[in-house]
Amino acid sequence: MQNNSKAQVMDAQAIENAIVRIAHEIVERNQSVEEVAIVGIRTRGEYLARRLSAILNRIAGIMPVQGVLDITLYRDDLMTADSQPVVHETDISFDVSVKHIVLVDDVLYTGRTIRAALDAFIDFGRPKSIQLAVLVDRGHRELPIRADYVGKNIPTSKAQAVKVRFREIDGTDEVLVLEKDIL
Amino acid sequence: MGAWKQKDLLGLEYLTKEQIEHILTTAESFKEVSTRGIKKVPALRGKTVVNLFYEPSTRTRVSFEIAAKRLSADVINIETETSSIRKGETLIDTGLNIQALKADIIVVRHNASGAAVMLARHVDISVINAGDGWHEHPTQALLDIFTLKQKLGRIEGLKISIVGDIAHSRVARSNIWGLTKLGAEVTVCAPKMLIPPAIEKMGVRVTDKIDNALQNADAINVLRMQFERDETTAFPKQLEYFKNFAITEERLKRAKKGIIVMHPGPINRGIEISSSVADGGQSVILEQVTNGIAVRMAVLFLVSQARR
Repeated sequence: MQNNSKAQVMDAQAIENAIVRIAHEIVERNQSVEEVAIVGIRTRGEYLARRLSAILNRIAGIMPVQGVLDITLYRDDLMTADSQPVVHETDISFDVSVKHIVLVDDVLYTGRTIRAALDAFIDFGRPKSIQLAVLVDRGHRELPIRADYVGKNIPTSKAQAVKVRFREIDGTDEVLVLEKDIL
Repeated sequence: MGAWKQKDLLGLEYLTKEQIEHILTTAESFKEVSTRGIKKVPALRGKTVVNLFYEPSTRTRVSFEIAAKRLSADVINIETETSSIRKGETLIDTGLNIQALKADIIVVRHNASGAAVMLARHVDISVINAGDGWHEHPTQALLDIFTLKQKLGRIEGLKISIVGDIAHSRVARSNIWGLTKLGAEVTVCAPKMLIPPAIEKMGVRVTDKIDNALQNADAINVLRMQFERDETTAFPKQLEYFKNFAITEERLKRAKKGIIVMHPGPINRGIEISSSVADGGQSVILEQVTNGIAVRMAVLFLVSQARR
């Protein structure tokens, strides 16, 4: 497979604006940010969660509790995936039973990652609620899952790929839609 | 690190530095699972792990069993005392039968050096060496190295001494392979009769003076004196061994400050190590046991993921 064209659908400013809006929506929906925990799904959800937490701190005056979830061991395609998944550390070092959890991921697509994340979370206890925040919802769900907070809805075809790039690991902030050549 | 391709773990001799590091990194991620309220992840759900032990073992077998169960695998223990092995079935026939039962991983402990390698050649399913004769005990060395790395932050450049019956120790051999590949300086120390010929070729220094082994060492790995294993060998008397080679508080005082004391267990208190050292602040013996689970989870996970 080879990418023969790409279109930038969000730039750094658009990403920043989307995260700020999501932060406001989280404050609006949850009575107290103190009861909210922001949990990023590795890899890019982790960076998104950090930025979201910093903005929540700015607008609500409280730095929310944060966590990181690695869903590798919960994947339903663990034994069949084309590329071999690498296991990374999970860090949920707070009592989940007293928190409203906001799961954070960069792209919502089939919903299978979120299914795995929900399963992983259940192993840590029973949170008050679990909400989902994503930067991009590109459609094509394969499970009955939806996001509570969406940075941008980007209609795509399955032949396309959505690539989120963050300055922390990719050197730049942007969202690209890539056309895949099917060989 | 590309995809993991090894369906078996037979010894550290057969792994590259990068592969050993990949196991250690994966184990770091698995360590967290054992700290959870629900100590279980579904990664090996539907897989069957068979513990095939031809030698008595409690800690290694239990450690593998717990590791497999924390990954949600089903575990069967075959004890040679009560199995058809008593009727003379060969290792390979037993392995083929386990494969025919559609198990996915065999964890084998055998008193013959090379047993795991031979078994892996005859079955398609994964084979993990849990100790074969005097040859290798790779998961023990991996957990030793993992513990060292957790304690000291690195392996490269460390000075590690291994003390005890080097000649008959698969733990020593696996540690030497692993540590030297990762760039540690290894010294082995034992009475002359317990040092195998040409051990220097493995890239280690040799001494028969315990104080030489302790001097400048960042860590010392004290092997179990296996008086029960081979009574025909001319072992020094236990008391004499204690006098000349045991790790005691007195001797540690002359060693580097903060030296780490390891032991693969089970310990012989008052033979190769004094009780006060085994239970003291420099001992990481029980941390090794805890880390063994994470390391074995990583190994079980990786071999089951092998892309062939």
